[in-house]
Amino acid sequence: MKRLIPVLMVLGLGNAYAAKIAMQDQSQLKVPGSQAAPVFVAPAESELPDNAFGQMVRDGYALFVDTRRLMPEAVGNGMNCSNCHLDQGRMAHSAPLWGAYPMYPAYRKKNDKVNTFAERIQGCFQFSMNGKPPAADSAQMTALSVYSYWLANKAPIGVEAPGRGYPEVPQPAGGYDFKRGHQLYRTQCAICHGEQGEGQKIADDYVMPPLWGKDSYNWGAGMHRINTAASFIKHNMPLGKPGSLTDQQAWDVAAWINRHERPQDPRLVDGSIERTRLKFHANDGVNLYGHEINGVLIGKGVD
Amino acid sequence: MNLFGRFLISSLLIGTWPTVYAADGQKIFAQGGQDPAAMACLGCHGADGKGVAAAGFPRLAGLPAGYLSKQLADFRSGSRQHAIMEPLAKAMSEEEIQAVSILLAGMPADPAPSVRRQQMSSDPAEKMALYGDWDRQIPGCVQCHGPGGGGVGEHFPPLAGQPASYLMAQLNAWRDGSRSNDPNQLMIGVAKSMTDAEVKALADYFANLVSQEVTR
Repeated sequence: MKRLIPVLMVLGLGNAYAAKIAMQDQSQLKVPGSQAAPVFVAPAESELPDNAFGQMVRDGYALFVDTRRLMPEAVGNGMNCSNCHLDQGRMAHSAPLWGAYPMYPAYRKKNDKVNTFAERIQGCFQFSMNGKPPAADSAQMTALSVYSYWLANKAPIGVEAPGRGYPEVPQPAGGYDFKRGHQLYRTQCAICHGEQGEGQKIADDYVMPPLWGKDSYNWGAGMHRINTAASFIKHNMPLGKPGSLTDQQAWDVAAWINRHERPQDPRLVDGSIERTRLKFHANDGVNLYGHEINGVLIGKGVD
Repeated sequence: MNLFGRFLISSLLIGTWPTVYAADGQKIFAQGGQDPAAMACLGCHGADGKGVAAAGFPRLAGLPAGYLSKQLADFRSGSRQHAIMEPLAKAMSEEEIQAVSILLAGMPADPAPSVRRQQMSSDPAEKMALYGDWDRQIPGCVQCHGPGGGGVGEHFPPLAGQPASYLMAQLNAWRDGSRSNDPNQLMIGVAKSMTDAEVKALADYFANLVSQEVTR
């Protein structure tokens, strides 16, 4: 736990340095809090036109739901888009596509450039799906973009809609605790995700996604941040019972999940975990990459 | 099952339970347990353990042993209520429960239909089964019960191929409280959020999924 103190200090000082050090966030965009009630209503599937555009929406939908099977060359782990974006990208507080699409193009510190929406999706493939992003002008990327555009139909451009992203769950005053997190994981999460975070498969396909290990999101994914995972968990997990955990429980279990090894950050600098930590993780929310826990260095990655 | 198969399973059972009296799963299934109140499974669940759809008796063949033994234990404790199964389970010994659960898990079952979650659905029952209704926080059935409702692990039993009247009875049992043995209360909330019409439509959907596959 001693090694966590620097993390907590960084957090505490975060505000003071905010003007100088921009957070290496998934996005420089802000997420409205959970108290802001979502008002946007995505179009119904029955409204989808029966034409070339409608077909492209359907294609994108299929890729979004069954990503790993339909895009094996692009997905390097056991994840589908719909694992992190519930209800096929429709659900508020589950990073809905209708909340994301109108916010791009946008500058992202993560790759230090203005990103189009397609480039933003490429980021998902590189990090959350630990794979090789399809080309921005590929048919697959077009289908995913068209599906997102359709869900955002009639949403105002450039407006941070209530319900977008995963609303931040403030870190509890006492921080987080691995032991409590492990206990909660065993009682609430393991039934689906397995005692060792391995997920559950039928034949070659994951039904419940792995939360750590070689088939999970890598060390560069936004979900590797404890604060982001806590926000996702609080608003979305267990499936069908959102909001059932306290803020403290969400942080504890997020910390437990994100202290486990997962595929290396593809941005690894000169093969050095420490340099990668300094460049990409030191100012990226609350995370354990490059820290030592009980004498074990975190962030070595798994193949 | 041929003689060799029976021999294999009994050898397995003897290997698993060497110290206690070796409960014979096959014998319990076909003839009942030591206590006469522990009636033979096949009387209601069929000689192949695949259930009797017309009577609403569920399929047991191929279900995970952990799930089956938990249900028998829950019939004993009352967290799953059933007029016939409660006294029957109470008449079984722990060893008999284990033995028959392992036997049933090893019995052949029809493969789960391969229904993918890829296409938008205009049919309300299919939509609920594959994708759920998140306005009411109902996940799609297959998100836990697996592709085609074929079951996942020992906590999420198969739905496909179970009799419609059985599936409907279970959903209604979650709703009226006569069944409360779901881990982490995952089913109670889901079942209570459904309408009567949805319960019936979903039960029909999974009961008929196998034959639908063939005709498609």
